Amino acid sequence: MIEARSLSKRFRDKKRGQICAVENVSFTCRPGSIYGLLGANGAGKTTTLRMLATILEPTDGTALVFGHDIVKHPEKVRSSVGFLSTATALYPRLTAQEMVEYFGRLNGLDEATLKSRIDDIFDRLDMNSFRDRRCDKLSTGMKQKTSIARTLVHDPPVMIFDEPTLGLDIMAARTIVEFIRECREAGKTVILSTHVMSEVEKLCDLIGIIHNGSLLAEGTPAQMREKYQEKDLEEIFVKIVTAHATPHVTAEVS
Amino acid sequence: MRVLARNIGIVYRKELLEALRDRRTLISTILVPILLFPILTVGVGFVIAGLIIEADREPARIMILGGTDSPAIVNSLVKSKNLIVVSKPANYVDLISSKKIRAAVEIPPGLQTGDGVNYPPIKIYMYSGDLKSTTAAKRIEEFFNEYRDNLARERLTAQKLPASLLKPFDIKQQNVVSEEKVAGETVGGIISYLVIIMCLTGAMYPAMDLTAGEKERATMETILSSPISRTHLVLGKFLMVLTASLVTAALSVTSMGVSSWVFQNFQEQSSAPGLHIKIGLGAVLAVFLVALPLAVLFSAALLTIALFAKSYKEAQSYISPLMIVVVIPAIAAMLPGVELTPRLSLVPILNVSLLCKDLITGTYHWNTIALIFLSTSVYGGAAIFIAVRMFHRESVLFRS
Repeated sequence: MIEARSLSKRFRDKKRGQICAVENVSFTCRPGSIYGLLGANGAGKTTTLRMLATILEPTDGTALVFGHDIVKHPEKVRSSVGFLSTATALYPRLTAQEMVEYFGRLNGLDEATLKSRIDDIFDRLDMNSFRDRRCDKLSTGMKQKTSIARTLVHDPPVMIFDEPTLGLDIMAARTIVEFIRECREAGKTVILSTHVMSEVEKLCDLIGIIHNGSLLAEGTPAQMREKYQEKDLEEIFVKIVTAHATPHVTAEVS
Repeated sequence: MRVLARNIGIVYRKELLEALRDRRTLISTILVPILLFPILTVGVGFVIAGLIIEADREPARIMILGGTDSPAIVNSLVKSKNLIVVSKPANYVDLISSKKIRAAVEIPPGLQTGDGVNYPPIKIYMYSGDLKSTTAAKRIEEFFNEYRDNLARERLTAQKLPASLLKPFDIKQQNVVSEEKVAGETVGGIISYLVIIMCLTGAMYPAMDLTAGEKERATMETILSSPISRTHLVLGKFLMVLTASLVTAALSVTSMGVSSWVFQNFQEQSSAPGLHIKIGLGAVLAVFLVALPLAVLFSAALLTIALFAKSYKEAQSYISPLMIVVVIPAIAAMLPGVELTPRLSLVPILNVSLLCKDLITGTYHWNTIALIFLSTSVYGGAAIFIAVRMFHRESVLFRS
């Protein structure tokens, strides 16, 4: 489970002064479900997810990830999380297997467990044909599979995906979408940020719309359609964002 | 503590594996130090030695100015084996400048026929700094020195006085110190300089690759999402940079030692002029020991500086000025007269450079060594502390 409690993040910029990237964001994401964080570029999605993955520290507020406080126990949080984004690339000079092994070891796995885990994941993702190939020689699809294997090696109960299909071709994107679905089926807590509405339709059980750093609306896709009397999620998104020209107003849909 | 060692070990092994697969790291850490000194010492040395030998063997073209009343002297000069006298009258300055002749000698009137006292000086015109011209001038000077000595000897004999009156006593210089000390004074500064510069250059590329390179390749976020603490991560990376620094320095000195040995063997065989350098292995090992905290300082400082950069290129522009900061104190230690004082023992880089020189000569004091080792360790420790702090700063890691 993920419980974000009034998460805020402010940065200091030399030219623009203090920037409020995320302001007082709260939500809950339960095991066996996918929470979709929807927003335009610069809305605060990546910052929110980076805080949940403890890559960034919140300025105010906190979150509990699998029961661990992100401020007090960031290392325990990271042990419980698999984080995948377009900014989490692979080490080009390591082979696919070495890459996954490295992260398995960093997650504290002993060599025997690591070996059986890698064999299992590589079989499942059909990666055996390129396990000894260097990451800089892999195709985009192979790289995606290796990244997935990297996030799965320690079998985390929580998965965080930050725009995971951005810039991928259809086949590579399908692999990722399928993988996210499998994570839900495996009972993991999944949070996903995106601005691709088709992905939201396909995957998300709960949606949070974020704009200018604030969570403007939250609910299931069905609840959203009912509330805004629109079938198209994109139209709903535009309606909400336009209506909240003033930031920091959160509408709860129940 | 066990977790710390385990995590640092995991990061270190991975960074080492990646470094060994990186052509640029292999070139800067292994290939350059191995090849640089054979090229510099053997290659350049052979060329210089060849030039000296050639200049020594080749007869020099010279011109005689005046001397019409000293035919015997002119005749002897013409007959000299290693001189070719150009008879054609011309502007000697132009000829020397254009290297058509190597030198000109002006024989004052009455040198051969005069009374033998109060001659004006014999003037030798030459191209200062030109090896062949200097050799020609030296040969002319030797000719007239011999002529003067013979003249004086003849006159003493005519007066029935012994020739020893000319040179009542000899002066001899005698070296009383060991070959190691001589080597320390002559090449100690160069070895110290080399070790220091190589500690720096060896650390440069890996430091950039492990920080700015990670940002450029978008792997920084990947590693930061793993459970390893940032302190463990930076210590693992630091150890890798330190390894590269020490390996480069060790290979450089080994390569220089082998190159010097080969060059000396050549000198002995060809009887070319040169120094006989003997440096103890113990002294070289001591130099490494003293350079260790300095390598720590360089590795941590380079990691910190490179971490600020967003790309490898930007890191290069930050790090390049550091080279000057290091080179100046390293060179200062080579200057004659600069010696270790308690105050200089606290100046980073300069202190190690001076101590290395002293270690090679064998004139060192344990309390000075302790002070330098301690002060440099403190600087190195502070640099590691800053590097760790920087790895915790989001504004540095995610600078946009």
